Amino acid sequence: MSPPTSGPAVAGPSFPGDPVTGELASSAPGPFGPGAEGGRRGQGRLGDRLFGGAALGSGLTVVLLVTLIGVFLVSQALPALARNQANFFTSTEWVVSGDSPRFGIARLLWVTVLSSLMALAIAVPLGMAVALFLTQYAPRWLARPAAGAVDLLAAVPSIVFGLWGLRVLGPLTGGTQDFLRDHLGFIPLFSAGSVSSTTTIFLAGIVLAIMILPIITALSRDVFNQTPTTHKEAALALGATRWEMIRTAVLPFGKPGVISASMLGLGRALGETVAVMMLVSSLPAGSAWSWSLFGGGETFASKIALGAGEFDTPEKTGAYIAAGLVLFVLTFIVNAIARVVIERRKAFTE
Amino acid sequence: MKITQSACIAAVAALGAVALAGCGSDNNTTSSTSSTSGTTSSAGSSSSSGSDTGTAAADCPSGTLNAEGSSAQKNAFEEVVAAYNEKCPDLTVNYNPSGSGTGVKQFNAGLVDFAGSDSALKTEEKDGVIEVDAAKKRCGSDAWNLPMVVGPISVAYNLPGVDKVVLTPALLSGIFQGEITTWNDAKIAAANPGVTLPGTAIKPFFRSDESGTTDNFTKYLKAAGGDAWKADPGKVWTGKGEGKEKSSGVADAVKSTEGGVTYVEWSYAKDNGLSMAQIDNGSGAVELTADSVGKFIAAAQADGQGNDLRLKLDYATKEAGAYPIGLVTYEIVCSKNSDAAKQAAIKSFLGFFAQGDTQKSLEDLGYAPLPADLQTKVAAAVAALS
Repeated sequence: MSPPTSGPAVAGPSFPGDPVTGELASSAPGPFGPGAEGGRRGQGRLGDRLFGGAALGSGLTVVLLVTLIGVFLVSQALPALARNQANFFTSTEWVVSGDSPRFGIARLLWVTVLSSLMALAIAVPLGMAVALFLTQYAPRWLARPAAGAVDLLAAVPSIVFGLWGLRVLGPLTGGTQDFLRDHLGFIPLFSAGSVSSTTTIFLAGIVLAIMILPIITALSRDVFNQTPTTHKEAALALGATRWEMIRTAVLPFGKPGVISASMLGLGRALGETVAVMMLVSSLPAGSAWSWSLFGGGETFASKIALGAGEFDTPEKTGAYIAAGLVLFVLTFIVNAIARVVIERRKAFTE
Repeated sequence: MKITQSACIAAVAALGAVALAGCGSDNNTTSSTSSTSGTTSSAGSSSSSGSDTGTAAADCPSGTLNAEGSSAQKNAFEEVVAAYNEKCPDLTVNYNPSGSGTGVKQFNAGLVDFAGSDSALKTEEKDGVIEVDAAKKRCGSDAWNLPMVVGPISVAYNLPGVDKVVLTPALLSGIFQGEITTWNDAKIAAANPGVTLPGTAIKPFFRSDESGTTDNFTKYLKAAGGDAWKADPGKVWTGKGEGKEKSSGVADAVKSTEGGVTYVEWSYAKDNGLSMAQIDNGSGAVELTADSVGKFIAAAQADGQGNDLRLKLDYATKEAGAYPIGLVTYEIVCSKNSDAAKQAAIKSFLGFFAQGDTQKSLEDLGYAPLPADLQTKVAAAVAALS
């Protein structure tokens, strides 16, 4: 969304005298202009109104939908939250049936955020690198098929990623995990966990990174492709090497796009369910708190999916929906932050 | 131009609507008449077909039965439905394995014809409902719990080179509560004279979803192990270990982890080629076989009145040769039903289910047949449905 808006914004002021832009600008109002003939004008207005109405309707539907989802989540969660005997935000317990339910989201929140951030930490640099290679370095005969291959990755169902992570990647990364644990174990993030190395948050982070890589790559590629050739040529003409050209022309131009791509990827990572459920071992009730990447647990989405088979009372369902509500709010906050960052960046580039 | 065009479209649309409405009402009337004639004449047609093709068709009702409940009996149920439909193709039996609790709820609400449940209808109040009373109200008669499917739970482990391990309830409690942490622990060795156990760390796996298997396994540990198992039994795991999703998840984890051990339905242990521990309840080690589980079920006390065949499983049984970890899935039915056609269909299907041959055929799927004694009782109870 942001690339097209920011594109002309950058290009516009730099080349005010560009004859092509000028001609386009003057001819653009033509069909809708006041000079048009009567009958065509009426049709144009009708079409205009229809399209405007349809667009408005679609926009409102989305807003309404999100609002209704929010209302649904809150209304279902409130009765359960009212009965909750533990602190919803700091407790790690999850006892949702019986007369005195005790549940909290601390562990879910940590596992969700940790696995998603790790995925982002891997996927954003990698995705940008792939996109830069495809747009700036790769010969044309390679760029097309390679881009297609990356896009194909997005079409793999998450359960396949889960199986692959469990059977192939888990055993492969066991050594790396042991190495990190042995040498960096003094950092809480890398301390020893209580689950076997084929089923850790670390592993889930890697698999999530691969899952969000296509989104980040595809969007970054589109943005980098839109870097005005004149910018790039100007940089090269000033004696920049190819890397310097990328650093001074392509990256600043693409930054907002890369950020929104990352946020889309983060959204997917936060909400990923099946793969995480298959990969990460659950911890038994009453486990000690651990900051470690090598621990187990559930994310919001995988917890809800695990419990979904036994939603037998409204109160119990409500507890899970309360967890879902937190995920909803979390995603909302992440997107809001992304918006703010993008707006700021735009202000700088303009 | 524009106006005439749109008017034309409107006219066509209107015509279409009228035509469709016409078709719709036609269909409605025909279908409603045919359905009423169907229900009124169903008795007649079935009796006429009975005279046509003899006895086989006489106990072959047509129609649809909807059942819902325990996922433990899903595979058995589907197998039986397939076998039944070879004999009687006109009766459709649907089963929704949504869980025992849901099944009972749906049954009591009158939404399904019978329920499958891993526990008999409860006689005490839970969430403001006494299930037995609710079922009675729904049926207008007593509801019967008919034990139908026996699902043994195995203790599966992965120790290359060790084919035989004997475990007692106390050892199992110790292992699944994280107190015994290596396979060559002195306590395990004491129960396994002559077996060379490696020093591999024990990695217990549990079901991370709520599960009837967990419920039954912890019930067993609590009943047979005395004070060894500390938490209360329930569907949510309260011991130690690593949680995996569903039976397939725990079986898979044990298969790929040396030193792993878990509790899982027999079929999953068999299908994954896992070694299964023998259980010693105090009267010698017992291997998991259809016979040994049958002995355990046969040793259970009848807990109901007359044809209500609810069982009280004795997990701590000292009966020689009885494998004590397993669950029984009941079909919960109305003993009397005002809808005679429906009841005849239920009777026919469950009668087939309770047959010795049908029960025997379930063994390949990892279920144990009902012991002969109980099987006769169930068949009699089904015959007494009216």
